[in-house]
Amino acid sequence: MARRAILATAAVVGLILPLAATASGQEYLIGVATRILILALAGLSLNLILGYGGMVSFGHAAFFGVGAYAVAILAYHDTMGEPVLTWPIELAGTQSAFVAWPAAMLISALFALVVGAISLRTGGLYFIMITLAFAQMLFFFFVGLETYGGDDGLSLWARSSAGPLDLGDPATFYYLTLGLVALVLGFKARLVAARFGLALQGIRDNEQRMRALGFATLRYKLAAFVLAGAVAGLAGALMANHSEFVSPALLSWQRSGEMLVIVILGGMGTVYGPVAGAIVFFTLEELLSQWTTHWMIVLGPLLVLVVLYAKRGLWGLVEDASRARPLPGKEERRGEPAS
Amino acid sequence: MSTALLDIAGLTKAYGAVIACDHVSLTIAPGEVHALIGPNGAGKTTLIAQIAGERLPDSGRIVLDGHDITRLPVHARARRGLGRSFQVASIFPRLSVLDNVALAVQAHAGHSFGFWRPARRDEALRGPARATLARVGLAARAEALAAALAHGEQRQLELAMALAGAPRLLLLDEPTAGMGPTDTARMIALLNELKGDVAILLVEHDMDAVFALADRISVMVYGRLIATGTPAAVRADPEVRRAYLGEDEVA
Repeated sequence: MARRAILATAAVVGLILPLAATASGQEYLIGVATRILILALAGLSLNLILGYGGMVSFGHAAFFGVGAYAVAILAYHDTMGEPVLTWPIELAGTQSAFVAWPAAMLISALFALVVGAISLRTGGLYFIMITLAFAQMLFFFFVGLETYGGDDGLSLWARSSAGPLDLGDPATFYYLTLGLVALVLGFKARLVAARFGLALQGIRDNEQRMRALGFATLRYKLAAFVLAGAVAGLAGALMANHSEFVSPALLSWQRSGEMLVIVILGGMGTVYGPVAGAIVFFTLEELLSQWTTHWMIVLGPLLVLVVLYAKRGLWGLVEDASRARPLPGKEERRGEPAS
Repeated sequence: MSTALLDIAGLTKAYGAVIACDHVSLTIAPGEVHALIGPNGAGKTTLIAQIAGERLPDSGRIVLDGHDITRLPVHARARRGLGRSFQVASIFPRLSVLDNVALAVQAHAGHSFGFWRPARRDEALRGPARATLARVGLAARAEALAAALAHGEQRQLELAMALAGAPRLLLLDEPTAGMGPTDTARMIALLNELKGDVAILLVEHDMDAVFALADRISVMVYGRLIATGTPAAVRADPEVRRAYLGEDEVA
């Protein structure tokens, strides 16, 4: 019950937010909400590999950043009238969302394919370190990339063009982002309950057992990693449009850590968890930073409490509350095994 | 035994100076229950791990049903009909009991790149999974979380997962380890029912279980097979008595 009520409320609030913000003269809230949705999208993609696949990637911001840079670089070349590539084929820049955003997803996916093919052969701490190392490499690559602003970043002249949609309008851009989040949510809900999702959860729980059953586990992990990379790339493309600016900070390890926090806070391995995590995290940031710059003082302990007492995060609590039965069937409750 | 299901020849594996598996040769006929016994550290688990593909031998050959599988990865061997249980129950704790077995069915039902259709409503997976659960006596626990099962039930579940892939050969590493007398008796009865349907290589310390189930017994000591034969022959073998059964009495 609680679950349905919260989902319904969130849907209504999500839909009327731009209207309410405009009516009350607080238009800046549309931008704030858009940013939360974009980072929720990044969290959703991370949750696929972290929450369902058990792969603790500490470099997820890299795919986010690559997507953002892809959009910015294509737009830069378009405004400058210079081709992006002259060899082996001449490739012009573009500001079209229909070209640049899929390109961002594709490039992020390819990058994830390379990183995943190398790092997924390891596990545990090594995997965390290798993904972090790749992200740092890319971070410094963009820092050194003077053509595109290096350390200072690169500004976009305008948001991507999307046919009849004017993405420069905050409400339009917000609704587009909301629609994409809903689309990814829907796809993910299907995915995790389909054969692929169950195989992924089996690998998370016990990879050795999965291999002994006959699963070529690496293949499934890599597919999930690439899929997550592509969605992170889409989130990055949106972020580049949202701030009309990209910089290496998008790929920093702090950004990767922030994504992990969103997923853990909201609920690893739950469909809606990362969205809940992003909303709670950035709403707290927004509210608390008005009082103090040390807003982490409140968020830190909250995260510790969640990790200690709600291993499936805030959304896990909601699901447990909705699923609670009148009969004493404690052992049947979903949750962490007592190991 | 030219029609052997499993044919191992000269299998050798060393860890530094320790030879865990020393030119082991062994055959298992279709449907045979073959027990592997020996003191702790004799290399039984290493041998199982090499047959399953988790460890690669330094030399030697493993042939399953006429195909050389010596260098195949674990999952490819499983697809060729090798089922396995581990020394410590190896299940998916955060999934339901039925999900656990359905995944085992799924492993043998083509690829798992299904992104859209709900697997939990797929009767092609759930039906065989339920049937296998019934076979091991866990039907009533199908919807429970696997982590919530008692130890003995988890071993039953593991057996169900191994069986769900319709294996030709089951590798069972101490299926009664850590079980009380009641659970042990139930497991022995369960394995007895499987006799003839599927060949079993059984590593077991419980001698009652071994002598109740095995068609043949191999004795492993310090990485070497010192005897293979019928239970009666092995029981009477003087070298076996000295090397293994004698030690057992001392312990």
